[in-house]
Amino acid sequence: MTATLAGITETPPDQGRSLHAGRRRSQRIFRWAIVTLVLLFFAVPILSLLDSSSRLRGGGRDWSAWDPILQIATSSDPSSGLIREGLLNSLLLVVATLVLMLLLLIPTMIWIRLRVPYLRRAMEFICLLPLTIPAIVLVVGLGPVYRRVADVLGTGSVWLCFIYAILVLPFAYRALDAGLDSIEVRTLSEAARSLGASWGTVMFRIVLPNIRTAVVSASFISLALVLGEYTVASLLARRNLQTAIFLVGQNNVKTASALALVALALGFVLLFLLSLVSSRTSRKATP
Amino acid sequence: MTAPVAPAVTPAGGGRRRGGRLGVLAPTVPFFLYVGIFLVLPTLIVVVGAFQGNDGAFTLSNLSLLNTPSVRSATLTTLGLSAISAVTGAVIGGLLAYALATADPEGRLRRTVLAVCSVLAQFGGVMLAFCFIAAIGRNGSVTQILFDLTGTRITTAWLYEFPGLVLVYAYFQIPLMVIVFLPALDGIRPQWREATETMGGSTWTYWTRVAGPILMPAFVSSVLLLFANAFSAYATAAALISQANPLLALQIRGALSGEVVSDQQNTAKVLAFLMVVIVAIVMALYAWMQRRASRWIR
Repeated sequence: MTATLAGITETPPDQGRSLHAGRRRSQRIFRWAIVTLVLLFFAVPILSLLDSSSRLRGGGRDWSAWDPILQIATSSDPSSGLIREGLLNSLLLVVATLVLMLLLLIPTMIWIRLRVPYLRRAMEFICLLPLTIPAIVLVVGLGPVYRRVADVLGTGSVWLCFIYAILVLPFAYRALDAGLDSIEVRTLSEAARSLGASWGTVMFRIVLPNIRTAVVSASFISLALVLGEYTVASLLARRNLQTAIFLVGQNNVKTASALALVALALGFVLLFLLSLVSSRTSRKATP
Repeated sequence: MTAPVAPAVTPAGGGRRRGGRLGVLAPTVPFFLYVGIFLVLPTLIVVVGAFQGNDGAFTLSNLSLLNTPSVRSATLTTLGLSAISAVTGAVIGGLLAYALATADPEGRLRRTVLAVCSVLAQFGGVMLAFCFIAAIGRNGSVTQILFDLTGTRITTAWLYEFPGLVLVYAYFQIPLMVIVFLPALDGIRPQWREATETMGGSTWTYWTRVAGPILMPAFVSSVLLLFANAFSAYATAAALISQANPLLALQIRGALSGEVVSDQQNTAKVLAFLMVVIVAIVMALYAWMQRRASRWIR
């Protein structure tokens, strides 16, 4: 021990630096090796979708499996009908879920921060609860609830938005909570109140504009989740984009592969936009 | 209910009217009512239904269902799949996270891989099942390429069984691990390594005595989260396996669609209850570990 210590104190600074450089070089090799391997594992199944949507048994390419997707508006192919219905339902669900989620969360979160902080823990607990209750379990209990919903509102797939708003709760809550954490809600609202603003003004004209980016990220993540949801929709016998992919796959695996690829690309774009938005805020936060 | 609010001169907390105490809660009612109907009520229906006979009276006899061969084997398979896929995902994902932690935090590599991971951690389900069928199914691309190269056709039936599920689950477990474990690795300060070196410690000492113990709670809690994630998953397995019901979640599908011949109406609820209990235990352990992990990482 003492010998090593003495050795280190005697090491000329140059050698110390080259030791670090050596470690950095091996770290770089390790980094590229593991990143390449894992990204390959991620890429192969996705590239296989593209390949098998067009590969012919004897060799050669045939892109006709893409027709029901590319000509989705006009094609009379039964696959196109399924895709149209599923896509339309999913888009409606996205809008309905987003509206519901934002209306439920934002006013309540702001109000709890300002006026009833002792409820914050309770709200956080409830919002994170869907992470611990598997969707498949919720479906079992939702049967009776949705029979009631169907009595009142009908069996339209768009009413899945009620449960989707629950499923996106943990992610949306976290995004919004981080947004509210980054601004001085209390100071802002006290300032506004002392200048005579009403609670409505505080909420919609003071706090909301300040957490715009948090709202955007909560929306993006919810969007991605709703577009990818299959469990609840299929078990409650409703139709959305994912059940459409599954149903198309029953008869036409190639078209289903193509469709899965399109849905995946859509998700990639959405979440990439999300990471752009959040990285822009973090840069703004640290000037 | 709320009288015109006195201007801000009223000191906070002091002199609040009695009626205001309940009035101040009013704006939170819609939220709590909503989660009551669509989150708490379904959960209660499952829990209560697990202890109800066909006539609605309280009974414990439903629980005997848990001891049937099919449920027992499904439980064991689900536990095994969750454990194996959690550990594999944690090891590979942990290595990838370490690779990213040593990279430039603002660099393109880290940003790109993180973006990829955050997408893939969410995208399980039907699309993922189709991805793997397209890759290593009977007419899959990888199967075909291997055939062209070696002249032998690899067997593909395992994709629809336990080993296939492990492989497919790794696809979303690895990215999830990167996302949950990277903050812990970022919390490790380079100064600690320098301090170890100044005191004469080797790389081995650093990892076993300094970084290892600090990272261990975070690693274990990540494994628990991955375990719960695999345990609750349904869509991927459901899209991949349509004939049999080897997992608990798939047994629930069978019970809901009435495939399972049973005189008990509440089969699905008992199975769902079992899942909730196991996931709750794992998540409680996770929360406890997470608290220990946060001692060093902030």
